[in-house]
Amino acid sequence: MIAGFIALLVCQLIGEFTVRVAAVPIPGPVVGMVLLLIALQLRRPGPTAGVVRAADALLRNLQLLFIPAGVGVIQYLSVLAGAWLPVTAGLVLSWLAVLIVTSGVGVGTLRLADRLSRRRPEPGGPA
Amino acid sequence: MNLQFAQAWAAIVASPLFGLTLTLAAYQAARKLWQRTRGFSLANPVLVAVVLVAAVLLILSVPYQDYWAGAQYISFLLGPATVALALPLHRQAASISQAGWVVAACVLTGSITAIVVAVTVTKAFGGSDVLALSLAPKSTTAPVAIALSESIGGIGSLTAAFTILTGILGAVAAPRLLTLLHVFDQRVRGLAIGMSSHGIGTSRALQDDPTAGAFSGLAMAINALVTAIVLPLLLAGVPWLHLQP
Repeated sequence: MIAGFIALLVCQLIGEFTVRVAAVPIPGPVVGMVLLLIALQLRRPGPTAGVVRAADALLRNLQLLFIPAGVGVIQYLSVLAGAWLPVTAGLVLSWLAVLIVTSGVGVGTLRLADRLSRRRPEPGGPA
Repeated sequence: MNLQFAQAWAAIVASPLFGLTLTLAAYQAARKLWQRTRGFSLANPVLVAVVLVAAVLLILSVPYQDYWAGAQYISFLLGPATVALALPLHRQAASISQAGWVVAACVLTGSITAIVVAVTVTKAFGGSDVLALSLAPKSTTAPVAIALSESIGGIGSLTAAFTILTGILGAVAAPRLLTLLHVFDQRVRGLAIGMSSHGIGTSRALQDDPTAGAFSGLAMAINALVTAIVLPLLLAGVPWLHLQP
């Protein structure tokens, strides 16, 4: 388990270092995630491996980790109260638009892929 | 005696122990409520715990900085937890590589939609340019949103608040809304939640379904990269998005 946490932290460290050297506005942990994904794909650890148990333990309680930042919203209550209409409209409508557009595009492309694969059957498959 | 009590109380409230204990206790209570209500949307653990902690801080008039002294240790774990999101991606690697261009199409359209609609609507409802710029990156994960906001002339800490509110909205309402829209494919549900509601939405998606959780984490990660590129291009290239920070 400790070895697993070390693996997570080392991936994050390399990620943080990389984005600082490259000077890009991408968070270090996201680069760390890509590194860990590559490592997992290459090494294929079993379900009892330390890194698997450490990652599962963190992800099971992922919601806990957002609470401190969420409470931080209380610092901006006056700003939110002063501009509540443009903030609420901009935030809710763009959130809604992303949800509708993304799911629409997702369902559409899946259906298109389905239709294309039916039009061109696999060689040797049923006509 | 009374003075001693007041001094002891002030010292305890300002110590890291207070913020840490309060956060864990609120989370535990919120999780119990979530189980009791069998996953009732408004009983979302992040929302309930945030309201509980905020209420305690306001009632006891504890400054946010004192709370942060302890809560920062919990917040710190977001870094390793983001790295840990590689695990659901690894488990779903086969279905992800199969849906490669579905993912690409969703992320690109979703990222552009988020920016254009956020800026246009905020301006249309009388918001200032700085407000619109602070809202533009709010569908990306918080650290990216803050960095992007500051690079385009928004206010980073305000963007952090908008990002958190967006995520909580997604964790509370996105699954129900996707069902109303008749979106039942867990891959598409995950992509839509991750694109609109980043990590907080992903934490909800992981709770609902492993496939949706993996695709949500994937969408969140790629969205961070794509929005970092698309946002400055859109602001410079689309005439009505020219703003004066």
